[in-house]
Amino acid sequence: MLQQAKSISKSICYHCGEYCDSHAVKTAGKVFCCEGCKMVYQILNESDLCDYYAISENPGTNQKIRVREGKFAFLDDEKIAGVLISFKDEEQAHITFYLPQIHCSSCLWLLENLNRINKDILSSRVNFERKEASVIFNYKAVSLRQVAEILTSIGYEPHISLQQLKQQKTSFDRSIIYKLGIAGFCFANIMMLSFPEYFGIDASERGLQLTFRSLNLLLSLPVFFYAASEFYISAWKSLKHGFLNIDAPIVLAILITFSRSVYEIVSGSGAGYLDSMSGIVFFMLAGRVLQNKTYAHLNFERDFTSYFPIAVSKIEHGNETTLPLPDIKLNDTLLIHNNEIIPADGIITRGKAFIDYSFVTGESDPVEKQMGEIVYAGGRQTAGNIEILVIKEVMQSYLTDLWNRSDIKSKERENEHSFVHGLSRWFTWILFSIAFAAATYWYFHDSTKIANVVTAVLIVACPCALYLSNTFTNGNILRRLAKNKLYLRNSTVIEAIAGTTHIVFDKTGTLTEANKITLSYHGKFPDIHTNACIGALAAQSNHPLSKAIAWEMATEEGLLVEKFKEYEGAGIEGTVDEKRIALGSAAFIKAKTGFTVPHKDGVFVAVNDNYMGRFSFSHQYRKNLVELLNVLGNKFPMTLLSGDNDAERENLQQMFGPMASLYFKQSPEDKLKRIKDLQQKGYKVLMIGDGLNDAGALLQADAGIALTENSNNFTPACDGIMEANKLQLLHKFIKLTKANRNIIMSAFVVSVIYNIVGLSFATSGQLSPIVAAILMPASSLSILLITYGFSNLMTAWYGLKEH
Amino acid sequence: MSVIIILLAASISIALLFLVAFILSVKKGQYDDEKSPPVRMLFDDKPKHSNESPRSDA
Repeated sequence: MLQQAKSISKSICYHCGEYCDSHAVKTAGKVFCCEGCKMVYQILNESDLCDYYAISENPGTNQKIRVREGKFAFLDDEKIAGVLISFKDEEQAHITFYLPQIHCSSCLWLLENLNRINKDILSSRVNFERKEASVIFNYKAVSLRQVAEILTSIGYEPHISLQQLKQQKTSFDRSIIYKLGIAGFCFANIMMLSFPEYFGIDASERGLQLTFRSLNLLLSLPVFFYAASEFYISAWKSLKHGFLNIDAPIVLAILITFSRSVYEIVSGSGAGYLDSMSGIVFFMLAGRVLQNKTYAHLNFERDFTSYFPIAVSKIEHGNETTLPLPDIKLNDTLLIHNNEIIPADGIITRGKAFIDYSFVTGESDPVEKQMGEIVYAGGRQTAGNIEILVIKEVMQSYLTDLWNRSDIKSKERENEHSFVHGLSRWFTWILFSIAFAAATYWYFHDSTKIANVVTAVLIVACPCALYLSNTFTNGNILRRLAKNKLYLRNSTVIEAIAGTTHIVFDKTGTLTEANKITLSYHGKFPDIHTNACIGALAAQSNHPLSKAIAWEMATEEGLLVEKFKEYEGAGIEGTVDEKRIALGSAAFIKAKTGFTVPHKDGVFVAVNDNYMGRFSFSHQYRKNLVELLNVLGNKFPMTLLSGDNDAERENLQQMFGPMASLYFKQSPEDKLKRIKDLQQKGYKVLMIGDGLNDAGALLQADAGIALTENSNNFTPACDGIMEANKLQLLHKFIKLTKANRNIIMSAFVVSVIYNIVGLSFATSGQLSPIVAAILMPASSLSILLITYGFSNLMTAWYGLKEH
Repeated sequence: MSVIIILLAASISIALLFLVAFILSVKKGQYDDEKSPPVRMLFDDKPKHSNESPRSDA
C-alpha cells in the first residue's frame, strides 16, 4: 500500500508535541512540526517566556493552520469593541476573551505573564474552568485588535462569536451556596444549644433553658424563611401546574415541624424539633448543590450564534470594510476568506467556492460551487477567498430557520417527571393513612394526644430521605460519568438515558472520525519515485483533496514542480522530474489521456498521459465501533440517520446487523421526523449525533448526546456532551444510568427502616427531641454512605474510571 | 450560669465571623474557579532565571 512508502520520522514537535512529518523545521536545536509552532517559540523566546515549555511538556496547540492576517480587523470597529469591552476609564480597558485552547498549567502561566510580551498589557488573569482570560490593557498604547493579535501570535486565538454581541453577562447563581452556608451555620448552633435538652437539663435552671430555647428559635428563623425557600418555590411551581412533586410533602413537613416547635417553645411545653428541621434543610440543600454541579466549560444551550463570527468583511465601492453581522443587509457584497463560515445565504459573485457543509447537513464531501450559484449560511469555505451577494438576511437564512424549527421540545421536557415524584406521592399517601390511623386510635384512648401524634408522624416521615438519596445518587453518578468524559446537562438526563429503548446514530462525525480521511488507491501502483512526484505536485494545490493526497504520498527531497497549472473545478498538472503528471476529475483525465475511466467519484491520476489509477476517499470509522454496535444490537433496536449518500450502505448494514434500519440522504428535518415517528411507536429514543444537522433530532430525542473531538469544541444544544473517543463505552454508560435507579431505591429502603423505627416512637406518642435528633442525622449519613458506596461499586463493576 | 451565657455569646459570634467570611469569599468568586488558584500558587515559588522582569500578580 501507499502508506508503507511514507517515511516515518519519530521526532515530536517541541511546541505542540505532535509527530513531525516531512514538513518539520529546526531551529536552536529544537524540532517543530510546522512554521507556525516555530514562530510561537520564537516570540516566546524573545520575551524570555520559555518557562512555558518547562512547566508542562509540549504545552502548545498545533499551529499548522495559520490564522489569517487581518482577521481581527473588526476589533477596530468602535461599535463592536464597545460591546466586548466590559470596563473602560481614562487609562485602561478590561476585556474577557474566551480562549478554548487553555488546557494546562503552562497556558495559565503564559497567559498571566502577557505583560512581558507587551508592557501595555497591564495584567491578565485566567479562569481555568471557564477557559477565559480577563485582560486589562492600556488602550491608548495598544489597541484591542493588537491584544487579540498578540494572543493569536502565541497560539491562543480568541474565539469571538456573534453570541457575544447580544450576550448578557452570564452570572453564576450563588444564592443556593449562601443558603447552604446559612443553613449549616444555624444547624450546627441549634444542635449545640440543644445538647442540654438532650441530656436532661435540670428543672431548677429554667432561666437557662429558656435562653437556649429562644436562641434556637431565633436561629431557626433564617433557615425557615431563607434557606428553605428553595423548596417552597419548587413546590409552589409544581402545584401551580397541578402536579405533586417531592418538594410538596417536604414543605408540609417543614411547616408542621416549625409551627409545632414554635408552639412548644412559646407555651413552654417542650423544646421543639428545630434541630431536626434545620438539619434536614441543610442536608437537602447539600444534596441539591451536589446534583446541580455544572460544568463551566460546557454549554448545553448553544444556538447558531456561537458558530457565527461577530463581523464580516464587506466590499463597498471596491474597499473592504468591517460590518457587524446583524447589520448585514440584502444585496451587500461580502468577502468570505478561506476557512470562514458563510454568515448569510448568498450568490457567489467572485471566486470559486468549495464549501464544507458537513456541519450543517452531514454530507462528508465538500461541495463545489461556481459563480452565480447559491451558497447557504453555515457552510465553511475551504478554498481561497470568495465574494457573495447577500440574498437573505442572517436571521432568515436556511440555518437559522432550522434552528427556530428545532426548539419544539423544550417545553414538553418540563413536564417530564422523575419516578421519584411518583414514589413520593405513594409515600405521602401511606403516611397520611398512618397519621389517620394513629389519630383514630388515640381518639378512643387519649384524645389530648391526637395533635401531638399526628404532627410527630408527619415530622418523622417526610420523604426527605427519598429526596436525599435521589439528589446524592444523581450527583454522584453525574460526577462518575463526567470522570469518563460524558457530561450530562442535569440529573433528569440520567433517567432519560436509563429509559432508552431505541438508539439512533448519525454517521458523519459520529460513527466516523471527524477529521480523518482515509485514502485508498485503485489501479496500477506507481514506483516510489513516481509516488513522491505525485505527492510533490499535489502539494502545490490548496484543494482539500490535493492536500489529502500530498499528505499520504512518499516524500523525497529536492523534487521540483515545473509548468504547474491548476484548472479550476477540474484538476492540476505539472512536470516533476521529467514526468508529466495530471491529477483531477474523470473528465479532466479523459481530456488528457483519451481514456474513459470506469468510475465517476474520486481523483484520477495520469503520468505521461497514461492513466494510472484512482484515489477514493472515505471517512474512517471509530475504534471498536463494531464491538459497540454488537453489544448494543443485542439489547436495543438501532437506526442510522445519515445526511451522506449511501455509498457505505452494505458496510454499515453489516456493522449494525440485519435488523437495523439505515436511512441516507436525510436532511435535518428528515432526521427530526424520523425521531418523532419512532417516539410515536412508543420508543424512548437515545440520539447520538454531532453537528448542527443533528440539532433538531438531538432536541427531539428523549435523550440527545452530542459527540465532540474534545470538550473545547462546539456542540449543538443537547442533553449530554461526550468525548468522541469514549463512544465505545456507551453501553457501559447506559448500564450505569440504569443502576442509578436501583441505588436510589436501596437507599430509600434503608431510610424507610429508619422511618419505621421513628414512626413506632411517634405513633406511641413518645417522640422525644433526642430520638428525632439521633434518627435524622443517622438516616442521612447512612443514605450518603449507601449512595456513595454503591455508585462507586457500580462504576468499578462496569469497568469505568472512578477517579 | 452567667459564665455560660458569656461563653455562648462568644461562641456564636465567632461562628458568625466564619459565616460572614464564607459568604464574602463566595461573593468574591473564590469558588467559581477551583482549578487555577492551586496551580497559580506554585508559579511564584519557582523563580527561574528571569527574576528581573516585573511580574504582575494583580
